[in-house]
Amino acid sequence: MLLIPCPWCGPRAENEYRCGGESPIVRPADPTATDDDAWADYLFYRDNAKGLSFERWHHQWGCGVWFNVARDTVSHQILAVYGITDPRPLLESGA
Amino acid sequence: MSGYRLDHGGDIDRDRPIRFRWEGRHYTGFVGDTLASALLASGVRMVGRSFKYHRPRGLIAAGLDEPNFIVQLGRGARTTPNLKAPYVELYEGLDAAPVNAWPSLRLDLLAVNELFKRFIPAAFYYKSFMWPNWGLFEPLIRKAAGLGTAPALADPDHYAQTSAHIDTLIVGGGIAGLAAAHHAATSGQSVMLVTGGRHWGGRLAGTSDMVEGKPARIWIKDVLRTLGAMPNVTLMTRTIATGHFDHGMVSLCERLTDHLPPTEGSGPRQRLWRVRAGELILATGAIERPLVFRGNDRPGVMLAGAARAYLHRHGVVAGEDVVVATTNDSAWYAAFDLAEAGAQIVGIVDVRAAPSPALIERAQRLGIALYLGMAPAEALGRRAVRAVRIGRISHSGRIEGATRTLRCDLLLMAGGWSPAVHLHSQAGGRLHFDRRLNGFVPEPAGGYRCIGGAAGDFARYSTLAAARGQTAEQRHGPIHATLWSISQNGAPDAQAWVDFQNDVTAGDIALAARENFRSVEHLKRYTTLGMASDQGKTSNVNGIGILGDLLGKPIEAIGTTKFRPPYDPTPFGVFAGHRVGDGLRPRRHLARHDWHVARGAALDEYGGWMRPAAYPQTGESEADAVHREVLAVRSGVGIFEASPLGKIEVKGPDAAAFLDRMYVNRISTLKPGRCRYAIMLGENGTVFDDGVVTRLADDHFLVGTTSGHAAAVTEAFREWLRCEWTTMRVLVEDVTACWAVANIAGPKARALFRALPTDIDASGDAFPHMTARIGHIGGAPARVARVSFTGELSYEIAVPWRRAGDLWDALVTAGAAHALTPFGVEALMTMRIEKGFLHVGADTDGTTLPQDIGFGEIMRKKTDDFVGRRSAHRPDGLRPDRRSLVGLETTDGNAAPLTIGAHILPAGTGQPRPSDGWVTSSAWSPTLGVPLALAMVERGQARMGETVPIWDLGNWREARITDLCRYDREGTRLDG
Repeated sequence: MLLIPCPWCGPRAENEYRCGGESPIVRPADPTATDDDAWADYLFYRDNAKGLSFERWHHQWGCGVWFNVARDTVSHQILAVYGITDPRPLLESGA
Repeated sequence: MSGYRLDHGGDIDRDRPIRFRWEGRHYTGFVGDTLASALLASGVRMVGRSFKYHRPRGLIAAGLDEPNFIVQLGRGARTTPNLKAPYVELYEGLDAAPVNAWPSLRLDLLAVNELFKRFIPAAFYYKSFMWPNWGLFEPLIRKAAGLGTAPALADPDHYAQTSAHIDTLIVGGGIAGLAAAHHAATSGQSVMLVTGGRHWGGRLAGTSDMVEGKPARIWIKDVLRTLGAMPNVTLMTRTIATGHFDHGMVSLCERLTDHLPPTEGSGPRQRLWRVRAGELILATGAIERPLVFRGNDRPGVMLAGAARAYLHRHGVVAGEDVVVATTNDSAWYAAFDLAEAGAQIVGIVDVRAAPSPALIERAQRLGIALYLGMAPAEALGRRAVRAVRIGRISHSGRIEGATRTLRCDLLLMAGGWSPAVHLHSQAGGRLHFDRRLNGFVPEPAGGYRCIGGAAGDFARYSTLAAARGQTAEQRHGPIHATLWSISQNGAPDAQAWVDFQNDVTAGDIALAARENFRSVEHLKRYTTLGMASDQGKTSNVNGIGILGDLLGKPIEAIGTTKFRPPYDPTPFGVFAGHRVGDGLRPRRHLARHDWHVARGAALDEYGGWMRPAAYPQTGESEADAVHREVLAVRSGVGIFEASPLGKIEVKGPDAAAFLDRMYVNRISTLKPGRCRYAIMLGENGTVFDDGVVTRLADDHFLVGTTSGHAAAVTEAFREWLRCEWTTMRVLVEDVTACWAVANIAGPKARALFRALPTDIDASGDAFPHMTARIGHIGGAPARVARVSFTGELSYEIAVPWRRAGDLWDALVTAGAAHALTPFGVEALMTMRIEKGFLHVGADTDGTTLPQDIGFGEIMRKKTDDFVGRRSAHRPDGLRPDRRSLVGLETTDGNAAPLTIGAHILPAGTGQPRPSDGWVTSSAWSPTLGVPLALAMVERGQARMGETVPIWDLGNWREARITDLCRYDREGTRLDG
């Protein structure tokens, strides 16, 4: 079970959290002007990287904060935790 | 007679006998015994039948590695299958039986399987029962080749779960673990030390082996006394570390009452611990390997280390005439101890030509005959071993030249030691093969340390140094000769057992290799080597070694299978903890639960809430009650508790703009004090929720959701605000459980409301439909909305949850003059079907778009974007043949309502044809006297008036497609 450092509460067990999937996912600024392929890309397609992944997590059964986590999906190492609007940090995979 | 009890020694209390039953017969043991030690002391040798061939089997081990002596404990609801007898502590009245023998161990009728053994090799079942399909034969085969029986009744015990955060967790109570605990505790850390059984000291428990100048049993006692007096140390026996997970979490299963008679246990039976420690030390020791030779599974053939453990822990000598066969030093000490305890050591057979002179000298002093450079060729006997044939052994493991026979009733085997690397491997740790040890040892990993036998360190000095955080050169005691199997003719022997629990022989591994199952994972699946409840604790390494020899590859090129939790089978109950029965999901009670019950409510669960389905009176069926309640509301006034309706407060300068983005309907044009029905979509365009939005003030909204959906809607609001529109100034709070809600509905609702002690004016046009008022009722703050799900004049009255009693008292008092009738969920649903009102989750599913339920026009009129809008306009959403929600009126004269889920088919003959849709809601309408339904039908809105055939649970029905609303289409009754 992952031990995830919540920016407010400190390290907490994975089962206090909900994973919100890849982050950031940029919502097209003008959806009606977005064609079907681009919209499908926004809605359905994810990198699903093996190794370094960027995800947003929600401390659902804790303080309720949404934040970003850089995580290695092979080694399960958590490489960085950063704010929801912060840019992705520059990282090497921890595997 | 074979094993017997000494009159001294062992950690048992000879003054406290315990009576127990095995296979229906009575036996006696002592406090401190296990089922295995007590039966061994009673001379019982055959304790099980093998999994596949039903061969007689005996006890071989003293721990969880025991593959043969597997028992069904107890009867009825408390029966527990597949327990390893060395871990079953005796208690008065214990009742155990073997798991794989019928009708009894001595006369096992399925032992005929063995006569056909040469016809049922590895994978025989898969190969032979392919036609017509495996599923046909599987139940019979599983019955013949099975382990224990799961209880058929609900578990009467309960289980606890807890967490611990400590400085140091040490798994394993041998001298390595004890020394590590002492070292950590002395430096002031909080320490948890766990051991699986009842004994401390591991393999040295009860022995006189010297540890730091003291006999081991004294050293162990001294360390335990010190640790026991330290407040920062938690010592836990009967606790198995079952799993080692990501980021260092270790799960422990603590057996609290299993060692007591079921009538004496109180509190939880077992406890699951989730432990996170600053430092984790794995001191789990090592597991002894059997020697693989013909007949090595005869009862009376035992691991040498196990015989030593039974001697020192329980004062049991496992046999009278003993032959010891070994590849290493450790078994010599077992021979010496047994000789000193009075057993006759017939001989020590060592595959090494020149063991250490010190061992030879001591053996000669004890008068033990030595057979060096030799190995067992075959154990002789049927139900128990009576002799062993031995001979010279070549480097390739082949018996050469003449053999001789030694008579014995106990044959000890010692094939070397495999570090217990399970917890290391579970966490992703790598292994490498150590040629000096002939075993897989852990490679150092981050976050924890392995010490002692678990690290492949079998020397006391270096183990104790490692336990204390120092490094010392390992000076190994047992150096093993390489010998994976012993054969007569050079080929792996089909009568030499590798995996006792799964009946896999060296010959089976050769067969698998011949058929090209060469990966160790394939070997496992094909032969079942290392499967089932012991997961190959005694067999894996031998099996891998044999495969390596067969393929001519070094063993490190073969590798190991991956270990997965749990280390030992764990009852489901301990994982479930309190989350069973009503504890799985707590039932939520309405504010006026007791009031409903007192009025005879038939309660049912709706989205986690226990709500009145109806209030049947004496002699009245539930259907009758629903009809009576509907008519009472339509003609008078009824009261319904609507507290579970979701209530979310949305507040802030951007609240209106935010809700415009969340709902299909425009919310920002709503005036304060007014209500609007609205639907909400997911970003994929499908209908997510609906409800009434009330504007309390310019920057303040009360959002209604469907019952049981408030938390999900709140989470969705927050996710959009926190992750997407991060600059919007909006607060969201779920207040569902803050407000209790009474709904009064019917033409007399206004008269009733006006009779309440309230400052809210409901006279004339003062309080019109779809408006809300804030005021007081009987001194309590109240929020009242004129909204209706029944189609009648209706007031939804919310007061603080704790004031619900006062509100109900006031309503009942005022209602006496109006025959106020309580009504339940079923009457409400019947009335909304009469009105054709949508019920999200019943009439919609995960594919329903707003245009399917009549919201196409509203979407078109709203110019700006909202969540789900773009997705609802993907090509699939624009198909003209989409299903849409319509009403159905039966035309077949049958008064029975249609079944929900019944299919609407295209007109035509009985040929198979695709469905046009299905019934989503259905009820008998007491108001109209006909059955009514709602349905999702392909191009439904364009097919008004069409008569369609309906396939309803094997019967043909017929109905006409109609408008959704069948009662009071003009809505005049909304104002009473």
